[in-house]
Amino acid sequence: MIFLPLLIALPLFSAFVIPLLSKLWKPFAPVIGNITTFVLFIFSLYGIAAIQGFPMLVYKFGNWPPPIGIIFSFDAFSAFMVFVISIIVFSGALFATKYLNHYTGQWKFWTLYMLLTTGLMGISVTGDLFNMFVWIEISAIASYALVSFGIEAEELEASLKYMVMGEIAGMTLLLAIALIYAKTSTLNLADIALSFQTIQYSKFYWSILALLLFAFSVKAALVPFHFWLPDAHPAAPAPISSLLSGVFIKVLGVYTSARFIFNIFGLTRENAPFFFNILVGIGLLSIVYAGITALSQKDYKRLLGFSTISQVGYIMLGLGIGNFYGIAGAVLYILAHGISKALLFLTSGSVVYVTGERNIEKLGGLGESMPTTAWSFRFGALSLIGLPPLIGFFAKFLIALGAIKQGFLWLAIVAIGFSGVTLGYLLKIENNVYLKKNGVEAKEAPFLMRVAMVFLVILLLVLGIGYKPLMDFVIQPATDALLRGTEYINLILGGI
Amino acid sequence: MLIFISCIILFLIGLYAVVAKRNLLKIAIGFCIMEYAVNMLFALIGFKSGAIDPVITKVDMPHNFVDPLPQALVLTAIVIGVGTTALFLSFIVRIYEKFKTLDVSEIKKLKG
Repeated sequence: MIFLPLLIALPLFSAFVIPLLSKLWKPFAPVIGNITTFVLFIFSLYGIAAIQGFPMLVYKFGNWPPPIGIIFSFDAFSAFMVFVISIIVFSGALFATKYLNHYTGQWKFWTLYMLLTTGLMGISVTGDLFNMFVWIEISAIASYALVSFGIEAEELEASLKYMVMGEIAGMTLLLAIALIYAKTSTLNLADIALSFQTIQYSKFYWSILALLLFAFSVKAALVPFHFWLPDAHPAAPAPISSLLSGVFIKVLGVYTSARFIFNIFGLTRENAPFFFNILVGIGLLSIVYAGITALSQKDYKRLLGFSTISQVGYIMLGLGIGNFYGIAGAVLYILAHGISKALLFLTSGSVVYVTGERNIEKLGGLGESMPTTAWSFRFGALSLIGLPPLIGFFAKFLIALGAIKQGFLWLAIVAIGFSGVTLGYLLKIENNVYLKKNGVEAKEAPFLMRVAMVFLVILLLVLGIGYKPLMDFVIQPATDALLRGTEYINLILGGI
Repeated sequence: MLIFISCIILFLIGLYAVVAKRNLLKIAIGFCIMEYAVNMLFALIGFKSGAIDPVITKVDMPHNFVDPLPQALVLTAIVIGVGTTALFLSFIVRIYEKFKTLDVSEIKKLKG
């Protein structure tokens, strides 16, 4: 179980070492960054192997028993999130090695990148409420700085908007934590869940849930609170866009809200149908509004930003459906959308690296001069639309299946129907950037950037074809961990 | 109860400043007010009137002491708050260099 604190300690140590060593020899920063992310990827695979057959692994800091000390609790859902994070962080690091050639002060980028990774890993494995807040703030602050990394006027403006919204959410979360502590006198998540069982469905219970859900939906950019995302994600350097869109909003928004709704508050479709209908509504609103807005965008990365909002709506929809298939679909969607959206943002990065242009109407004909980028884009887009045998198909299929089993046939039709809108806006990029004959001078992106993209394409294919083992070893245990509900309490507090 | 409500009112005053004010520095101040409101709430949760320091010695095992945990939390929250405020102020400096204004309504190069 020693790998649990190492998930945090390793990137944190790299973040500390990079500024020191890169003064001696500049390439230290990317080398250390790549090695760290690769080791994290190995650890995440080990984590999935270690969790098989165990419902929960607990690491106690200083050997203090759970309600007193801080713990790391690692169940199948955490293992799954760590897996998604490490895939995208690894490919992003590989891509950034070459991509950063335009920028000065590369070691700053790598330090912040490692801190961002630390925060994401910390959120996924922590079992302590205040600890979770600290990791959220660490990753959020690192991301504010990374969004404005180019310090142009637009980037600063985007980052400012992002930071104002993010900090309002962060302060609301801190307020919620204070109120929870006032009521329950504990910060351990399982202990809080235990205390909440006695005050279930009281006014306090619902108002805390509302505060938390507000904070998390700002972080997840669900529709009423989405407007910072289409500015912030495109403004960042491409590897950061891919990290933010691919995994950041899902860890800070979706993972945390799923953990709270199912494991801490103990809500299920059966005991709170109205609340789950609200989740379905939020998800549907995001899918429809952001999907339609994306159709009219002209900026490559901004279009992808709107697409992200729309796709996160699918995840909330799956969680809101609330039966096994819906939640399994949502969990698989986190992986599928994470990989494909990271891939799409990397292709946008490689187009920007080669041509220096983001307006899709001024681009054209890159399909011939940049075949690897173009085909990576096509695979990512097809997975996002949901074409078998790519992984995106299974995620969408499970969500639709869950909706039908729950008696929402119309919901399944809308969810599948909006794949048409997804197809529409991605075809817009395909037509304008890769197919149209416009004769923009370009050559293929550098080798390492292509490796990063091909790595993600291979994952899309392999995970799609190996759907059955993926489902058995990763997705199903993660879904069970959520559906286990407040059994979570006994797993942590029971084994003292 | 009154003190909790007054903390929440203070929080809302900070939120009002962040949402409604147009000067970036006033927004930064609004964030500080929000943060102090929550920190004060934490400190008040741990407070008990007439209680003593939570220091346990070999001779003395106090029974009526204040809750030390919120104080530790407030310290951490203050450190995080310093980080965010410093970053926010540095954004303000950079934005002033680029836009020559601190008025939020004039900082709008992005749209769509």
